[in-house]
Formats: sequence, structure tokens, C-alpha cells
Amino acid sequence: MITLEAVYWLAGGVFAVFAVLSGLDRQNPKRLGNALFWGLFATSFLFGSRLSDLANGILVLAMVTIAGFGGLGIGRPATTSTEQRATSARRLGNRLFWPALTIPAVTLFGALVLKTVRIGGVFLIDPKQATVISLGLGVLAAGVFAAILLRPPPLAAFQQGRRLIDTVGWAAVLPQMLAALGAVFALAGVGGAVGGLVSHALPADNRFAVVCAYTLGMALFTMIMGNGFAAFPVMTAGIGLPLIVKKFGGDPAIMASIGMLSGFCGTLMTPMAANFNIVPAALLELPDRYAVIKTQIPTALLLLLANTLLMYFLVFRF
Amino acid sequence: MLTLIGVAIVVVGFLARFNPLLVVTVAAIATGLLGGLSAPHVIAAFGKAFNDSRYVSVVFLVLPVIGLLERGGLLERGRMLIAGIGAATGGRLLLLYFVLRQLSAALGLTSLGGQAQMVRPLIAPMAEAAAENRLGPLPDRLRFLIRAHAAGADNVGAFFGEDIFIAFGSVLLIKGFLQQNGIETQPLRLSVWAIPTALTALVIHGTRLFLLDRRLAREAAK
Repeated sequence: MITLEAVYWLAGGVFAVFAVLSGLDRQNPKRLGNALFWGLFATSFLFGSRLSDLANGILVLAMVTIAGFGGLGIGRPATTSTEQRATSARRLGNRLFWPALTIPAVTLFGALVLKTVRIGGVFLIDPKQATVISLGLGVLAAGVFAAILLRPPPLAAFQQGRRLIDTVGWAAVLPQMLAALGAVFALAGVGGAVGGLVSHALPADNRFAVVCAYTLGMALFTMIMGNGFAAFPVMTAGIGLPLIVKKFGGDPAIMASIGMLSGFCGTLMTPMAANFNIVPAALLELPDRYAVIKTQIPTALLLLLANTLLMYFLVFRF
Repeated sequence: MLTLIGVAIVVVGFLARFNPLLVVTVAAIATGLLGGLSAPHVIAAFGKAFNDSRYVSVVFLVLPVIGLLERGGLLERGRMLIAGIGAATGGRLLLLYFVLRQLSAALGLTSLGGQAQMVRPLIAPMAEAAAENRLGPLPDRLRFLIRAHAAGADNVGAFFGEDIFIAFGSVLLIKGFLQQNGIETQPLRLSVWAIPTALTALVIHGTRLFLLDRRLAREAAK
């Protein structure tokens, strides 16, 4: 069976190559910082499952120390010129798109079909992690396809990958850091404290006020936690179930469904949802790290208002 | 109450634009210590959760392939393709992607999109090229605006489509939570009641993308 661990080995290998190539890059004055940072990330992928929790924690602190105090530079590996790219684009035509589209195609095929394949009673890929494993398979397939089509020099894929990961920089590990912060928040009981705060401040005798408190609370708490899934149990146990459902007789399915979607409006507005909002800004080389959030805020606010009205008009009616 | 200091550190730290990795680390350590954990305990909990969530970073595996294709002229080819489609504009292209993204997510096909796989190599550069074909070379400010909208179209489409799919994680999480509290619901009912919000999102964000062309034309003329 292909497990998640195999994909981590692949990722660890790729980041280890990034680290070595970064260390050899004399164009980058901070090349040792880059080499160490991506090397530690590679270590986390390769050996994280075998290290103790404390050792993993120290590894993270070391990465934060490098990136947090400006230790990362941007590597500038040799690449093709604009003219060469235009010539290559004319020569290869739309065939250039096929490897790029192979990634989502194989990911989808894996998540829908390979997930169910068994050989001698054993699953081919771990069905619980089918999407992530299929993404790894998609990347391998697309890489082979691109190499046959383009016939690049041997290390070109890693040099180009390093160029892109350096533009993402520290933002690359932010989503994992925020997941870790969420875990510490949960251990320290932050959710309970916020829930207590909200249910104290609430006028509980007015339907509209209660619906507003729930939808706005979902959005706000999702912005703090970066994730609607973390906010949902706290807000629903604090406001949704006791007030909307039990006191005013609202429908639990409508309350929960629209409540979760109100949380998603919060996701659009927070840097804490780094993989959706901060990493893309870095990938698209936007100078303002909050540029994606700023374009999403009008949609998020209008939709939050719409959700509040939808819940108010639907939840007590069905 | 003291445990909420971590939330305050995060809010202030992000607003003041300190390095987010430092902000998150300081917030986690402060929260843990004030919540009564010892320093090694906090660091271990932090390390464990970081390690357990490595799957979110697997997406960076696509970068060597994308980089290789960009080296071979992927972005240039995208521009040539768009130049051949007279009706293409920045706003229309993003609107089309947004609608397809929401529809496919509603059918459970979320892996068809994605920021690293689709937006960076294909959608954002094509939208930029379509706008430049119409309006001539654009200032950086407007090119960045189009890119940010490309990322936004992917997010909004996915978030407000995937909840209609009954096997999506949040539908199952809601069902499980209500069950723990003694309420039985059918996943189908949860999905159906996600549809009004999904349609509203389609109208609101679709209108904004539709109006994007006008905004680009107006600001490019300045």
C-alpha cells in the first residue's frame, strides 16, 4: 500500500535537493540561511514521524529563528531568456499545457478510482489519505511527461522549483505553523474562553439578535482560528443549539449549514487561513501580502450579511 | 481569560506586519505558559501538531513541474492562446473559471483547481494577458489586482461549492457534532441548505468579476 509516509519521503527528497542547490548558489548572499531552512524542512518530512514531539518542536523553533530574523534570501538559478521561452512556446504549442493539466487529472483519478483499487485484499493507496497521495502521484506523472516533452538539463526541474519556493519563502511553512498554534490554543482552552465570553455578552430574548450573534460570531471566531471547523463546535454549542434550536425552535440542519458557511466568510478575510490567503499572494509574487484578502473582503462581507438574512428567514420556517 | 492573550498577540502582530512565523511562535508559547503548561510541554505540543499537519505542505511538490514548464514557455504559450480568442477579457476569463470551480467543487471535484496547480501557472497569467490584449500594457498595480482576483476566484468558488457535496468534510463534521448532541440529521439535508448561500455567492462574486473589466478599463485610462 502507498501511504502518506511515501509522499513525505518524496517531499523530503525534493526539499533536500532544494537545500543542497541553495547552499551552492553563489548569487544568493544568504545561501546558508536558505540551505539550512529548506534542509530542516526536508528533515521534518523525512524523519518527522520518527523524531520525538520535543525534537520536532525544536526543529520548528530553529526554522522560525532563521526565517523570523531575515535569514532567507532569494536564489537566482540560471534560466531561459524571454526569447528562448517564446521560441519554445511556439515550437511546442498547446502541448505545453498537458503536463500542467496532468496534475489535477491524476489527482482526481486517484481520489475517485485508485482509492477503491485492491490488490490481493490490500488497498493500492491508503484510502484515508487518497487525495494527498494522488497529488503526489500526479506530480510524478506530470514530471515525467514534462521531462519527455521538454528534454531539460538534469537538474533544471529542481533549480526552477527552488526559484519558486524561494519566492514563497517563510510563507511556505505558515499553514503548518498555524495548525500547530490551533493545537496549543485547544490545549490551553482558548475556545471555551471565547465561547463563555460570547454567551455572556448576548441578549438572548430576540431572535434576530441571536441569529446575528451566531453568524457574526462564526465569522469572527473563524478569523481568529483560521478555520471554520475549529470555530463551529464552540459557537454552535454556545449559541446555535441552546438559543436558535432549543429556545426558539429553529431547524438544526439549516442552522448548522448556514452557520458553517458564515464561518467560511471569515476564512476569506483572515491571514490565519494562510494556505488560501497568504501563500497564493507569495506564489503570485504580489508585493502586498494581504492583497488576496483585500480583494475578497467585499464578497465576504456581502455574503455574511446574506447568510444572516437567509438564516433568519429560513431557520424558523422549516 | 488569561489564555486569550495569545489571540491578542496574533491580532496585533499580524496588523503590525511583524514576521508571521515569529508572531505565531510567540503567541503559542505565551498561550501555553499562561494556560499552565511547562515550556517543554508547549514546545512538544507545537512540534507534534506541526508534524501531524505536514500534509498541507505536500502541494509544494508541484513547484518543480510548474517551474520546468515555465522555463519551457508555459506563460508565453498561455498569452498566445488568449491572444487568439477575441472575446477573452480578464474579467470574463476569471468569471468562467469561478463558475467552473464552484460547479466542480459542488460535485466533489475540488482537486481540479488549486492555487499552486492552476492559478499560478495558468489562470492568473492568462487573465493578465487577456486584460493586456484589450487595454494595452497595464501598470503593475492593475496586474497585481488581476492576480489577486484570480486567487480570490479559486477560493470563493471552492468554499461555496464544496459544501453542497454530501461527502465533504464539513458536512460530515456537522453531522457528527449534531449527533453527539442528540440530533439526527441527513447529510443530504445539510447539503441542500447550503444551496441558497452557494447561489448568493455565485451572484455576488460573479457580479464583481463581471464588473472587473469596467474597473480595469477605467483605471487603465487614468
